[in-house]
Amino acid sequence: MSGTMTKSSRHVSQNEGLLFEKSSPGKRAFDLPPLDVPAVDPADAFGANHRSEGVEGFPELSEIEVLRHFTRLSTWNYAIDLGMYPLGSCTMKYNPRVNEFVARLDGLATEHPLQPQELSQGCLKIMRLLEQCLLEITGMDALTMQPAAGAQGELTGLLLIRAYLEEQGNARKKVLIPDSAHGTNPASAVIAGYQVEKIQSDAQGRVDFEKLRENVTEEVAALMITNPSTLGIFEHRIADMAAILHAKGALLYMDGANMNALAGVAKPGDFGVDVMHLNLHKTFSTPHGGGGPGAGPVAMKKILEPFRPIPVLIEKETGELALDEDRPRSIGRMKAFAGNFGVLLRALAYILAYGPGIRQATEDAVLNANYLRKHLEGVFALPYSLPTMHEVVFSDSVQNKNGVNTMDIAKRLIDYGFHPYTTAFPLIVPGALMIEPTESESKEECDLFIEAMRAIAAEAASNPDLVKHAPHTTRIGRLDEVTAARKPILRWRPSGNS
Amino acid sequence: MLSSIGAKSIEDLFSSIPERFRLREALKLPGPYSEAEIIQYFKERARESAVGYTSFLGAGVYNHLRSVITDVIIQRGEFLTSYTPYQAEISQGTLQAIFEFQTLICQLTGQEVANASMWDGSTATAEAVLMAERIVRRRRVLVARSLHPQYRDVLKTYARHSGLSVEEIPFAGDGTLDRKALDSALQDDVAAVVVQSPNFFGTIDYAPDLAERAHSSGALLIVVVTEGVSLGLVRPPREADIVALEGQSFGLAPSYGGPFVGAIATHEKFVRQLPGRLAGLAYDSQGRRGYVLTLATREQHIRREKATSNICTNQALCALAATVHLALLGKEGLREMAEQNLSKAHFALNELLKIPGVRLGFDAPFFNEFTVVLPRPVDAVNRHLLREGIIGPLALNASYPELSNHALVCVTEVAARSDIEKFVSALRMAVTLPQDRQ
Repeated sequence: MSGTMTKSSRHVSQNEGLLFEKSSPGKRAFDLPPLDVPAVDPADAFGANHRSEGVEGFPELSEIEVLRHFTRLSTWNYAIDLGMYPLGSCTMKYNPRVNEFVARLDGLATEHPLQPQELSQGCLKIMRLLEQCLLEITGMDALTMQPAAGAQGELTGLLLIRAYLEEQGNARKKVLIPDSAHGTNPASAVIAGYQVEKIQSDAQGRVDFEKLRENVTEEVAALMITNPSTLGIFEHRIADMAAILHAKGALLYMDGANMNALAGVAKPGDFGVDVMHLNLHKTFSTPHGGGGPGAGPVAMKKILEPFRPIPVLIEKETGELALDEDRPRSIGRMKAFAGNFGVLLRALAYILAYGPGIRQATEDAVLNANYLRKHLEGVFALPYSLPTMHEVVFSDSVQNKNGVNTMDIAKRLIDYGFHPYTTAFPLIVPGALMIEPTESESKEECDLFIEAMRAIAAEAASNPDLVKHAPHTTRIGRLDEVTAARKPILRWRPSGNS
Repeated sequence: MLSSIGAKSIEDLFSSIPERFRLREALKLPGPYSEAEIIQYFKERARESAVGYTSFLGAGVYNHLRSVITDVIIQRGEFLTSYTPYQAEISQGTLQAIFEFQTLICQLTGQEVANASMWDGSTATAEAVLMAERIVRRRRVLVARSLHPQYRDVLKTYARHSGLSVEEIPFAGDGTLDRKALDSALQDDVAAVVVQSPNFFGTIDYAPDLAERAHSSGALLIVVVTEGVSLGLVRPPREADIVALEGQSFGLAPSYGGPFVGAIATHEKFVRQLPGRLAGLAYDSQGRRGYVLTLATREQHIRREKATSNICTNQALCALAATVHLALLGKEGLREMAEQNLSKAHFALNELLKIPGVRLGFDAPFFNEFTVVLPRPVDAVNRHLLREGIIGPLALNASYPELSNHALVCVTEVAARSDIEKFVSALRMAVTLPQDRQ
C-alpha cells in the first residue's frame, strides 16, 4: 500500500452467512396479537390446494439475529452517508432525512389508493403541488406522475408522441437516438414499437447537427436527446434541432436525467422540448436505496396533454381534487394506481426546502464539477473540452499506456475511501471516467477526491500492479464475474451450493 | 473555488447555454422551508386523510402488520443512500440481501429463479407476458377477466405496440377461470395464459390443471399473485412457467399506491429471457464468497435496443423491506399471519351472510378477500358506512358492469373482531334502512 489516504483506514467488519444458513427450527421474530375469531382449518378451506408443509426452507431466526444480520450486511456497503459518491449520470446527492420522516406519517403512508377521494385530499394536494412545482421548473404545460422510474417515463413519453402522431394519421417508424444516450432510451423506443436509428456525435461530443438534419425525414417520430448530454455538455443548438424536427412533423423528447444542471437556470420548455421525463431519484434527492424505488414524472407541451395515462389528476369546479379515469384519448395505464406516491412526496419535501433557491443547488453542482475538472485535467485525458456542466468525462488513455484502465482506477478509489465514478460510459468515450460530484460535496471533500485521483494516477505510473489488483482493503477482492455468469447460481438451496 | 477555476462569476459556468434561455428571474416555487415547516406542511396534509376510519379495502393493496424493525433497517444510510450495486466490493450488503430476496421469492412461489425486482405487480405481469412472447414466439395472449382490472389495463398498454393480441377469458359461476372457454380459445398460436390467484374476486384460481391445459397447446402459464401472504397457506404455482408477484403485503405501507415491489419468478431454463436485475454467487481470487449482478447481457445498459426490458431503476429498497419483513415473520410467522387472514375473512363472511338479502358472490375457496352480493347498490351502502367511520368494500360494477351490487370485501389480520362486528352491524343498517335515509 502506498499513497496518502487521508480519508480512509481499515476497520473490522463482521462475517455473516445467509439468512437460510443461520436458520434453526422454531425460532421467530414477529408476534401477532392472539386470534380473536374462531380458527378456520386451512385443510378444510383449501382441500388439495392447502400448503400443509408451509414454505419449505423459509428462514427461522430470532429478533436480534435478524437485526444483526441486516446491520452487519449494511456495514459492507458504501453510501452517500459515508462520503462522496461521484457516479456520473446518477446524481448521488444528499438524501434529507426529514423526507423519510414525513413519508411515514399516518395519513400519508397509511392511505389506500382505492379509498374514497374525499378522504384522499391530503395525498392529492401533495401531488398537485408537486405537479405545479415541476411544471414551473421545466417550463412545460402538463404532467403525469404515473411512471415508476425514468425508463418508464421514457416509454410514457414515447407513447404520448405515438398517440399524437397516430391522430395526425401516421405514427411513423423511427426514433433517433444519439450514440451517447443511456441504454434505456433505445430499449424504451422498442417497447413503444419504434425502430432505433443512431445519431453520431460530432468531434466536439455534441449531436452532429448536419447529420441530424439529413436524418430527420417523414419517417421519424422523434429525437430523444439528453441535455446536458452524458458528457456533461449542453447541446447549444437544441432549439434549432426542435425546429428541424417540428418542420418535418416530428417531436423532441428530452431525457431529463441531467436536470441537476438546469433546475432554476433554464427551462426545457423554452427551448422547444415537447416532452421530457424527470428522475426524482436523481435531481430531486429521493434515495436510490440500492437501485430504487424511483419516480419518472413526464412533463409535456399542451399538444400531448389529451393523451396522458390514466388516472389524471384534476381539479373539480368545487376545488376538490380527483383522479380522473374517463379519458378516451389516453394512452392507457402505465402501472397500477397513481404512481410511486411515497417517492413523489419526498421530492416535494426536497423542493420545499429549497424553494427558488434550487437554482443555487444547480450552480453548486456545476461549480463542483468544474472544480474537479480543473484540478484533474492534465492528470487524466479530457477527450471533449467543451464547457462542463454537472459532470465531467475523462478517459483512461494516459494510464492505459501502463496497462491501467478506468475500472482499475475506479477500484483503487475504493481504497482511498470513495465510491468509484461511472466507468466505461458514455460509450463514445473509450475507457471513460464519468464524474458527477453534485452540489452536496464541500470543497474539502472535493479536495480529498482530487488528492486521491492524483495519487492513483501517480501509482498507475510507478506501480501499475498495485492499481490493477485493487481494491486491497475490502472484505472481498474482485469477484469472478465470468464464471458467475457462465454457471449462474441465483438462489440458496438446502444442498449447500451457495 | 470560482477563482481557482478561472471563472469570474457563476454565470460564466453556464455560458454554453444560449443567453436567451438563461433565466433572469427566480422560479416561482414555495419555500424555502425549514425542517419544522416541512413537517408542519405534511402533517396538515396527513390530517386530510382516512386516519381513524376502519377499512375493508384490498383489491391489490393490503393492510398488514409491519414490524418497526423493517423501517429501522431500511433507513440505515448504508442501504438507503447507496446506488445499484455495480461495484460489488463495496456493495456486498445490498447484493447478499438481493440474493436472499431472490431465494425467498423462489421458496414462496415454488419456482427456480426470481429477479430483484420489478416496479410493481402490474408491470411485472406485463413484462412476464413480453417474456413469454420471446420464449414461445407466438402472438396471442389469453388473460383471465378475473385478473386485476388495472393489471389488465397495464398489460394492454405494454402489448399494444409489441404486436400482441390480448383476449379475455371469462370466469365461471364459482369465480374461477372458465375452463371450457379457456380450452376453446387455446390454439397453437397462444403464447401465454394469464391467471391471477387468489384472483381479483378473492377466489383461489390456480390449480395444476391450468398448466396442463396451457402446455397441451404449447402455451406458457403465467400466474399473477397480488396477495403474497396467501402463499403461506395455499399451494404455490409450481407448475406455472412464470409467476408475476406483487410483494406489497410483505412489509410495505399502502402509501396511496406506491412504491411497492414486483418480482418475476420462473424456471431456470428461461432465465436468459428474464427482465430485471439478478444477483448471483461469485468468488474472488482467494476463494472468498460474494455476490455480483450477473447475466447483465440481458439488460438495457449492455444490450440497448435488444435488451429484455427497459427497466433500470427498480424497487430495490422495497425488496429489502420485504426481505427483512419475511425474515422477521419466518416460516411460522407467515403461516400464522396467513391463518389469521383466512379465519378473520371467514368470520366476516359468516356474519355478513346473516344479514337478510346478503349472499356470497362466488363460492370457490378464498383466502382473505371474498365477494358478496348486497340487496342494494354498493355505492349507496358505502356512503352509509362512511358516515359510521368505515371505508366499505370495493364496488365491482365500475370494472365489471355485469356484477352490479357485488362488493369485494378484504379482511386481514389487522381487523379486530370488534371492527368486523361494527362493520357488519353498520352494513346491516345500511341495507335495511329505508332507501331515502341513505
